[in-house]
Amino acid sequence: MTTDIDATADKYLRDKYAIIGVGETTYTRGSGKTTRALGTWAIKNAMDDAGIPASEIDGMMSYSGNDSTASPMLAGDLGIRLNFYMDVQGGGSSSEALIGLAIGAIEAGMCETVVVFRSMNGFSQVRIGGTGARASVPVGGDALHSAAYGWFSAGQNFSPTFMRHMYDYGTTPEQVAMVKVIHSEHASNNPKAYYKQRVTVEDVVNSRMICKPLHLLDCCVETDNATALIVTSVDKAYDYRNTPARILGVAGRVCKPRIDMHFQHGPISTVAGHYIKDIIYRNAGVGPEDIQCTGAYDAFTFTSMLQLEDYGFCKKGEGGDYVSSGIMRLGGERPNNTSGGHLCEGYTHGMNMIIENVRQLRGEVDCYCPQDDNGKRIHSYNYAEPSQGGGCRQVPDLEITQNLGWAMPGTGSSLIMRKG
Amino acid sequence: MPQGEYLGMTLTVLDLDNENLAYFQHCADHDFHLQRCVDPECDLLRYPPGTACPWCSSREMVWVPVEARGTVHSYGEVHHAIQPAFRERAPYMILLVELDTQSGVPTEHEALRVAGNLVDADGNFAGPDLVKQVGIGSRMRMVFADVAEGLALPHWTLDEEAEQPESPWRYPQEVNGV
Repeated sequence: MTTDIDATADKYLRDKYAIIGVGETTYTRGSGKTTRALGTWAIKNAMDDAGIPASEIDGMMSYSGNDSTASPMLAGDLGIRLNFYMDVQGGGSSSEALIGLAIGAIEAGMCETVVVFRSMNGFSQVRIGGTGARASVPVGGDALHSAAYGWFSAGQNFSPTFMRHMYDYGTTPEQVAMVKVIHSEHASNNPKAYYKQRVTVEDVVNSRMICKPLHLLDCCVETDNATALIVTSVDKAYDYRNTPARILGVAGRVCKPRIDMHFQHGPISTVAGHYIKDIIYRNAGVGPEDIQCTGAYDAFTFTSMLQLEDYGFCKKGEGGDYVSSGIMRLGGERPNNTSGGHLCEGYTHGMNMIIENVRQLRGEVDCYCPQDDNGKRIHSYNYAEPSQGGGCRQVPDLEITQNLGWAMPGTGSSLIMRKG
Repeated sequence: MPQGEYLGMTLTVLDLDNENLAYFQHCADHDFHLQRCVDPECDLLRYPPGTACPWCSSREMVWVPVEARGTVHSYGEVHHAIQPAFRERAPYMILLVELDTQSGVPTEHEALRVAGNLVDADGNFAGPDLVKQVGIGSRMRMVFADVAEGLALPHWTLDEEAEQPESPWRYPQEVNGV
């Protein structure tokens, strides 16, 4: 797979752009703030992280399901004058796609430095799981073929894919539960995580059944939060405070044939990653064997597993073995979602997993390790929980990470970054 | 404009939504129809209703009767309902039934997979005893739930005339007796 890793090539704009700043709000259930206030909080944190003034940002992009505040409002609040903005419709897997589009906007000469943000009250306003006011909206059009059947929330929508994977390959509930177990271990060492409690396989499979095959603990946490990152060209990226995370490749919202929620095109236990891998690894010039740390979108335990499998981190059908083997645990061969991800840290439609990998690549992930006089963490690489003398979640000697963004079984995006 | 109350939801087919108007009118007649591409080189059926042929992009089509029988390809089984009226019906099944017609056509893994809930032969939501009997491989036939003039929803019930698998594949963990 690793052919063509010429980091100086113009091809696909490989290695020409970087993420220079990341920031987020607290992950809460009940923010008590508007998405406008949350958005400015996260963007300001990303600006402070990079050490970039408002005058040096001139692009802004966001995505939402009409549950956010548009870029010009936040730019105005923060004194950012925009030469380019675009607020698009979209949820999971939009973040990687927008990073690619930000690169395109800069490359086209439309602007120079772009903030990408997602701001959402996913618990207190528009509940991501579909409960509350959203559960009683009128049903028409395409929803007559889905919502009318009580086939409505993300978990309900995806369940035929998850179930068929178990049927096709013998994947067990206990194997898949390991995704949550491992992410909870990572979250226990993340001061920001909403759920810091470590759980066991028994905890997962004995938790309340939501929609077979999903128990409560197979599902992510709904939270209120905003997240932001800043993209610019490599020739500017080193002017700022942190080591940039350089972008090797991106693939955005790649679809299976016949993108619909009725699964006309099989095998339905195959997801968009099957198609994304042919784009992302070509663009980045690396293969799965080169990736040292993944951020596989975990709206559900199953979404991490299905993607890791279809991107080629294991053979097709062996995702259950992969996620339960310990490979993706901190200290394992290829840790996944070292922040705890959507299952534990908070639900952001994918942004927090990119933010985490940026910090990982800097070697400056925020954990419970002590800091030196300059605020730099002295990592112990002891991944036990803090009460057991651990508390670290930094991956040592990290060079290359990959994010695997999920929208639904048929759509996804990806981003590969390297240490700058 | 076909519109009616169904399980606490207002279901509406808009007057300009010609594809869904025709689809649900046939369902209201209890006579399942799908769109067939009229390009003689193509001739494929499609589901759900759409505005062009996914295989040849032709916009021309006709509605044709289709035998509404098939095999459960996959399912979800909802124990924690979200929409209010579904709560008293939980656990309920969302079935993805692969029609016998056009199965594995035009490529091996393509098929007409039609959604619906598991109901009894009279169209009532299935109780736990029936839910327990249905899984991947079960043979199903379509029944209709009338909603309003010009609007009925297709559902699935066990096909009494078909040979059923000895034990259809079900999720390994039993919860609340199913």
